[in-house]
Amino acid sequence: MSVDKATVAKIASLARIKMGDEELERMVPELNGILDWVEQLGEVECSGVEPMTAVIENHLRLREDVVDADPKTGGGRREDVLANAPAAEHGFFGVPKVIE
Amino acid sequence: MVSTYRIQGATGEWEVVIGLEVHAQVVSKSKLFSGAATAFGAEPNTQVSLVDAAMPGMLPVPNKECIRQAVRTGMAIEAQINKYSRFDRKNYFYADLPQGYQISQLYHPLVGEGSLTIDADEKAGIAEDKVIGIERIHIEQDAGKLMHDQHPTMSYVDLNRSGVALMEIVSKPDMRSPAEAGAYVRKLRSILRYVGSCDGNMEEGSMRADVNVSVRKPGEEFGTRTETKNVNSVRFVMQVIEYEANRQVDVIENGGTVDQETRLFDPGTGTTRTMRSKEDAHDYRYFPDPDLLPLELEDDFLEECRASLPELPDAKRQRYENELGLTPYNARELTAEVETFGRFETLLGVAAAKIGKSESAVATQVANWALSVAPGVMKSLGDEADASNATAEAQASILAMQDKGEISGGQAKEIYELVLKTGRDPEEIADTEGLKQVSDTGAIEAAIDDIIANNADKVAEYRGGKDKLFGFFVGQTMKAMQGKANPAVVNQILKDKLG
Amino acid sequence: MTDLTNLGVKDIRDGVAGGEFTAREVAEAFNAAVAEAAALNAFIVTTPDHALAAADATDAKRAKGEDLGKMGGVPIGMKDLFATKGVQTTAASHILEGFKPEYESTVSQNLWDAGAGMLGKLNLDQFAMGSSNETSYFGNVTSPWRRSGGANTDMSPGGSSGGSSAAVAARIAPAATGTDTGGSIRQPAAFTGICGIKPTYGRCSRWGVVAFASSLDQAGPMARTVEDCAIMLEAMAGFDPKDATSLKMDVPAWEAGLSADLKGKKIGIPREYRMDGTDEEILKSWEQGKEWLRDAGAEIVDVSLPHTKYALPAYYIVAPAEASSNLARYDGVRYGLRDLPDGAGLQDMYAATRAAGFGDEVKRRILIGTYVLSAGFYDAYYTQAQKVRTLVSRDFAQAFGQCDAILAPTTPTASFPLGENQDDPLAMYLNDVFAVPASLAGLPAMSVPATVNSDGLPLGLQIVGKPFDEQGVLNAGLAIQSRANFTAKPEKWW
Ligand SMILES: [Mg+2]
Ligand SMILES: [Zn+2]
Repeated sequence: MSVDKATVAKIASLARIKMGDEELERMVPELNGILDWVEQLGEVECSGVEPMTAVIENHLRLREDVVDADPKTGGGRREDVLANAPAAEHGFFGVPKVIE
Repeated sequence: MVSTYRIQGATGEWEVVIGLEVHAQVVSKSKLFSGAATAFGAEPNTQVSLVDAAMPGMLPVPNKECIRQAVRTGMAIEAQINKYSRFDRKNYFYADLPQGYQISQLYHPLVGEGSLTIDADEKAGIAEDKVIGIERIHIEQDAGKLMHDQHPTMSYVDLNRSGVALMEIVSKPDMRSPAEAGAYVRKLRSILRYVGSCDGNMEEGSMRADVNVSVRKPGEEFGTRTETKNVNSVRFVMQVIEYEANRQVDVIENGGTVDQETRLFDPGTGTTRTMRSKEDAHDYRYFPDPDLLPLELEDDFLEECRASLPELPDAKRQRYENELGLTPYNARELTAEVETFGRFETLLGVAAAKIGKSESAVATQVANWALSVAPGVMKSLGDEADASNATAEAQASILAMQDKGEISGGQAKEIYELVLKTGRDPEEIADTEGLKQVSDTGAIEAAIDDIIANNADKVAEYRGGKDKLFGFFVGQTMKAMQGKANPAVVNQILKDKLG
Repeated sequence: MTDLTNLGVKDIRDGVAGGEFTAREVAEAFNAAVAEAAALNAFIVTTPDHALAAADATDAKRAKGEDLGKMGGVPIGMKDLFATKGVQTTAASHILEGFKPEYESTVSQNLWDAGAGMLGKLNLDQFAMGSSNETSYFGNVTSPWRRSGGANTDMSPGGSSGGSSAAVAARIAPAATGTDTGGSIRQPAAFTGICGIKPTYGRCSRWGVVAFASSLDQAGPMARTVEDCAIMLEAMAGFDPKDATSLKMDVPAWEAGLSADLKGKKIGIPREYRMDGTDEEILKSWEQGKEWLRDAGAEIVDVSLPHTKYALPAYYIVAPAEASSNLARYDGVRYGLRDLPDGAGLQDMYAATRAAGFGDEVKRRILIGTYVLSAGFYDAYYTQAQKVRTLVSRDFAQAFGQCDAILAPTTPTASFPLGENQDDPLAMYLNDVFAVPASLAGLPAMSVPATVNSDGLPLGLQIVGKPFDEQGVLNAGLAIQSRANFTAKPEKWW
């Protein structure tokens, strides 16, 4: 499978990366080069093979339902959460007005 | 079963096909993947952890309680519980979604197929009980909240809800009328509240439905459906269906086609419209979340979940009818809500103990009290009533006095009025306010002797065979006793004396 | 007094503990060396005060007779992928410029708790995507190494942990943290003549490490000796309840367990690693490595890893796919860059911010990742790649039925001049052809310097171990180290 400029434009829009014409055109052969190369995976006989889920044998641990047990993963730290925000107002994050 | 609900179009009758995706907030203290609190109504962004704000390098760790509640919910609808499930990322960009993806479950949900039964309801056009299939329940993160009206050019983002656990309960397209959909949501809500996995508070957004509607000529293939998002009351769900079904019929009959799209409900006008922010068809690029391993449930955990399930609405209603001997109407009323049956069962226990009879022996009396007498008194008092005075103890005392014949039904109401207003002890009220039937045979005998002496002619007539006059003597006696005599005692003495 | 900047982790730790010099003297010496080495561009920010404060704390502890910790008195460089509280953390991207986390990553906190101090935040390939350190928004890192014979060409320190490798090789830091997603510790270590180990996936917490590809990312130490790596890995590793993929296992005493005696051990030589295009001198050093290990008592056996050829293409599906999702959070809302063109709506702001904030290689990988996950392509690309990954992992499991560890070259070539491979992404990706298989399988793997080539540039040898067997990897590394006698060091030109 290979991508054309329209497809790259669609992917870029899906990924929310603004790209001008020139950049899109430059990307087409680059992406096709990579895609052509990864497509050799199609040669590998994988019937009956499960896709990898856990890299190393391990089980999902569940957390106990305790509020703010660890400050690193708990709430109640609004100032820290907003500290780096480009537009923090009245305790909120500000974004350009959204019409739903 | 044939549903009778039809849209009358210009080209004939149309059937409406409805499926619901209900998002129910899981009852838990902390969020699905972080330790931030979930309480409703907090100041903006105060219940947000670094994880919920998707700071660089933050990682999710699942909350056991949320898994447990979803499993219990699945068990309550007799669904298949998947011992192996996975979390997947649903990728899209929106201001209420800090990670740029929602952690959800697509490929391997926690709960598989199940069902619930909606009850026949003649008035609503539901002719008989109907089983509604449930496709799956998966768990996922809630999004944050956007506020649009606080600033002229900006929307404000509050992430307090971001990461709160939701169960998405997906029905099959098995409903055929607004009433069925309404009954489904009510029944689902009742089950969730019985199980305790969701508080069912629709005003606070604890339960929201995505309403999928399509129309077709009866017997034909399914039509194209629209999805109206985040509808937050039973009434609105029904309105959405009415509106969408009619709109779609109009579109088709005018030669158009229905777009498969996401719509938004406007409660003000009762209409739906295309949701601009979701206009472009989404490609969510789901894939297994590489930060999380597969979720594998142990048998012990499942057993604990099952053991902790309460008696569920259908089973409880059956038991009320079969074991307590309640009427189907009373049984249904009492089991509809957790609060109702909770109060009833408490009162039943206390009253049976006080009266000294079995629960089934007093159940009908208690049910009538709980469903009609007590609410009637409460309602008539309005603001004067203090609901906190309506204790099971107090009500059971009244019921016990009534059972023993110490008070009449009218007196019971009067006593309960005073209990609700003042919180005083019912027995004390009965004594001090003279709200007690007189069972003292001496006083009653004295009164009857007087009446017999003063009505010699009537006595003769009665003894001569005019049995009807017995009522006259009872009336006279009650009058003399100012209505406070125990009728059973009066009857007995009169019978003895009149011969 | 000897030049303190020539000392490694163990020597500094023992010297401070033994009172030969103070931690402050060490920190000052390295701070000065860092300040002099601006030409390498190894650091994005320097934090001399952090290093001094940690040193003073160590000296104060020593005065009170307290335990100084595993890394007591050792100042290190911190790859700028680890969140450091109050200190700018960028992942070498414009999109995070100015971001000062209100939290400390688990790994860096573990190091501070063990008595280490921070010299600064080290440059890297942007979001750890790259193998030459040419994708950083903050400029290329230049290797301290130059080709022999007076050529002044700037060489690549490798990537993505190129700031780390350059700093340690240039002796402006005794050790540094690295992260390895598909070779990002081992390849730069090999390019600069130092050691680096990527432990078993899950040994080091990923909490607070800017994510590139979650199922592959692992932190590890980079230092000049195997012993130093063992010491530092002990300090970095450990179970972390905040990372659901963290291994709930005790951290072994790797330093105490070091032994260069390989009697009874079998070392596998994977025949599929003999690839076309591999440098003759690299193949020669591999042969030499076999001899060294045989000399250490090991038996050399032939093993087969049949899916080796497919590991790299599988990696270039899985890693970009995960990255495309992991990097969605950089949207200009909560931190970092915001580009808000006039009249832009929310989605326009995202697109403008991400266009301005991400470099070309990052964009390329996000696009590849977005494409392979998109509707209609998911199974053909992503699912197939994850199946191949299962096969790669199975290959290793089978090979480890016949051997205890595997020996291979770390890279197919020695370091190359900056700019040489920049226009050809595929040529660049091939740098990691020997490193990626172990990453896909989550296995511990280490690069140890073996020799220098005819240009005077270092070549590394790689040891890959069984899951959790970092000790076996370190011991084989030590056996090589003690026979290779690698003493070459870059001539100071900066
Ligand atoms: Mg939905
Ligand atoms: Zn949902």
